[in-house]
Amino acid sequence: MNIIDRRLNPGGKSLGNRQKFIRRAKEAIKAAVRKDARTRDIKEMDTYNGNIVIPGDGLGRPSFQHDRKSGRDDYVLPGNRDFTPGDEVHRPSEDPGSGSGGSADGDGVDPFQFVLSREEYLNLFLEDLELPNLVKQRLSVINSFIRRRAGYSVDGSPANMSLAKTMRNSLMRRIALGRPKAEEIANVENVVEEATDPVEKAYADHHLGHMRRRMARIPYIDPMDVRYRRFEEVPQPKTQAVVFCLMDVSGSMGKGMKDLAKRFYTLLYLFLNRYYENVDIVFIRHTQDAEEVDEDTFFHSAQTGGTIVSSAFDLMTKIVQERYDASSWNIYVAQASDGDNYSHDNERVVRLLREKVLPITQYFAYLEILNPYMTMSMARKSDLWNAYAGMNNPTETFAMRQVAEPRDIYPVFRELFERKE
Amino acid sequence: MTLLYKGYDWDYDTLSRIQDACQEASDRELGLSTYPTRLEIITSEQMLDAYSSVGMPILYKHWSFGKDFTQHELVYRKGMGGLAYEIVINSDPCIAYIMEENSATMQALVIAHAAFGHNHFFKNNYLFKQWTDASTIIDYLEFASKYVASCEEKYGEAAVEAILDAAHALQFSSVFRFPRKQKRSLKEEEERNRNRLKHQESSYNELWSTIPGGTASKSADKEYMRRMAMLDLPQENILYFVEKFAPRLHTWQREVIRIVRQVAQYFYPQGQTKVMNEGCATYVHYRIMTRLHQDGKIDDGAFLEFLKSHTGVVLQPRFNDHRYSGINPYALGFDMCRDIERICTEPTNEDREWFPDIAGRGGAEDVLKDVWANYRDESFVSQFLSPHLMRQWRMFHIKDDRKHPNMVIESIHNERGYRNMRSALARRYDVSWATPDIQVTDVDLVGSRTLELTHHVKNGRCLEPKNAASTVQHLADLWGYPVSLVEKDDSMSHRHSAVEPRKVAFERD
Repeated sequence: MNIIDRRLNPGGKSLGNRQKFIRRAKEAIKAAVRKDARTRDIKEMDTYNGNIVIPGDGLGRPSFQHDRKSGRDDYVLPGNRDFTPGDEVHRPSEDPGSGSGGSADGDGVDPFQFVLSREEYLNLFLEDLELPNLVKQRLSVINSFIRRRAGYSVDGSPANMSLAKTMRNSLMRRIALGRPKAEEIANVENVVEEATDPVEKAYADHHLGHMRRRMARIPYIDPMDVRYRRFEEVPQPKTQAVVFCLMDVSGSMGKGMKDLAKRFYTLLYLFLNRYYENVDIVFIRHTQDAEEVDEDTFFHSAQTGGTIVSSAFDLMTKIVQERYDASSWNIYVAQASDGDNYSHDNERVVRLLREKVLPITQYFAYLEILNPYMTMSMARKSDLWNAYAGMNNPTETFAMRQVAEPRDIYPVFRELFERKE
Repeated sequence: MTLLYKGYDWDYDTLSRIQDACQEASDRELGLSTYPTRLEIITSEQMLDAYSSVGMPILYKHWSFGKDFTQHELVYRKGMGGLAYEIVINSDPCIAYIMEENSATMQALVIAHAAFGHNHFFKNNYLFKQWTDASTIIDYLEFASKYVASCEEKYGEAAVEAILDAAHALQFSSVFRFPRKQKRSLKEEEERNRNRLKHQESSYNELWSTIPGGTASKSADKEYMRRMAMLDLPQENILYFVEKFAPRLHTWQREVIRIVRQVAQYFYPQGQTKVMNEGCATYVHYRIMTRLHQDGKIDDGAFLEFLKSHTGVVLQPRFNDHRYSGINPYALGFDMCRDIERICTEPTNEDREWFPDIAGRGGAEDVLKDVWANYRDESFVSQFLSPHLMRQWRMFHIKDDRKHPNMVIESIHNERGYRNMRSALARRYDVSWATPDIQVTDVDLVGSRTLELTHHVKNGRCLEPKNAASTVQHLADLWGYPVSLVEKDDSMSHRHSAVEPRKVAFERD
């Protein structure tokens, strides 16, 4: 017989298999999360604290197998206690492998499941999204600096002293000035002690004195040897972005439609908070007037009135002028409305957009929420939609989408904010 | 007699001594005939590796093996399951993997079990002799894994994965169960034709021409017969059919399908001989270790360790024990081999009545070797399961008709029940019973090119619908045209479904 020791080159033979599995599992999880997200309540996702379980579809291995629930089968089992022929027995709810056989091991109902923590879920959910065209950066006096090493200096605090450099310098100086080493002195002392020849002894003695005086005169470390590590502060250019959320809360928006808009903005808010450090979010809601509100009021309080869309844009441009300098802030606008507008206002809206708003925004997303009582097939497109559609948009900074139901929000959101390579 | 080893540790010398001692014991006690053995020492991580590539030392890469690995590894890491002590390959030379963490006694056990027991079984059992070529399997697998890897490079991982997924789904329905007809050579064909003509001429009689003609075979029937002959239908080996006749597969895809089905064919006998194989190996290791202990080659401590492991392996929990997970093939196989030994050496009257050929003839070893060589699980159980064993196990037979709300006890271990129970248990090992009988039965060559699959339903057991739907979908993707699945038995047609192929990576550009 021959014996081979395989331990020496483990080779990780199944590494390829495991990698393939993990890759496929990731795809499956991503797909499952996307599907799951459509039905899950957005608010719940933000506050949910536990683990989320997702079935592992697409990782099963189907094959032809008998259905346990049909037909007739015979089993032979060991361990009879008190059964006699003709007794009736309850069928167990799940057949725990009664009897064995030559049948192949199939996966049947695949019990493989993934358990994701909320963090992982949100990460997957919001993966591959970004604010587009985030290019403007600015150097700001008050903003952050980072410290960077910048060589050595002769001055500094003791905490920053570089011992290596210091000792090196001291060694250099000692060599250059010829300071005798301790062992050289020890050697000469030995000679002095053990020498028999008086001439040699006297000579060595004289030499020893010379060396000792020299050693005393040249210091081991001199203040001029000392070196300190040097740091410099480098200003970090920061990207800044502000997102304006314009929501139409007029009477023409039903409660369900307002709810849809709010879901969209919640998603946007989640996404921004997760990925961007410096994003300001400005909430503007408008009816026939526009007002800036805080987050709570935006999401939770009710209001109603007429519809003049240009009021929102007026307010937005005013805020930009006051607080967000267009040259150093990246400005984004997300508008949600049902499209109905005071008919004479449409022209003004388009003009405002073309002249004032679009030139300063990096990206404008318009979400139209369809009235549930009117289906998509009805030919009538809203005023605002028509007005926007007519605008010429050569630079891809303007996107419009329609949403009818909650489950459409997530895919539309992904479309609007997809990472573009 | 000197001890082979003392204590836990072992080295190569120890293994060598153990091997020689086992060889001697095997020759004296049992007279086994084995392939040469190669022992490979591996770490537990490598054992997990081997697990997930179906025990083969080399195999192509697939994500499902990675999934198995993950599951096994988790179970092992959490301590919920141990690893097999050994994995052994049916090949020549016989390769046995042994784990480095085992003690010397365990290694002795493993060598006795795998390098002698399993080895002998693989070499001598008729199914293995008939269906597998032990000397070429490793080379073939090496070719297979290289080929799949090169396909991945040339055509991309996704395309190869798609084919492998589909092929795996159909794997278990893609074996030849009967040796195939040899195609006749041209010379033989001509010879036959000539003989036929000669016979016709010599037996011509005017009388036959006066008989009114039979039902004129309709052209549709003729067409059907022609199709059957041309495509060699009905075909039980689904992947074989796809490999040969699917119109839109590239050559490399056909080769990959061929690889998957050859591997399935290689493993075909193993599913049918699990009980006998494990029974044989367990019995062999029991005999050898006992002999070693009797000869003083292993000490009492080692023997106790062996016994502890052995009893764990042949444990059969009762049906209502929470540990129950079916009939343990090691337990059944071992008990039956010991039972045969008992019948040969100390039969009772009942044994003489039930097993007249072997009762009391002594020489149990020869009987066992003959049984191991010439039977498979189904025939083994149906001919050698004794009433004694059935009583010992307190076996009972339950009938489960899913139309009834309850299950019914059909027989128990008494006079009237023995024969009934024996054939019921044997039937569970019958591969034609346990796996669904699905064959390709027709192809619509002129119309939609739909491939028709028929499941011959036995005892009213239909296919599990979700699995069947996914599998048929895979088949449709490979075939490139619609596939319809009909489930029927003699009484009626149970179910009928049709599936369109998906747009998949296989499409010919």
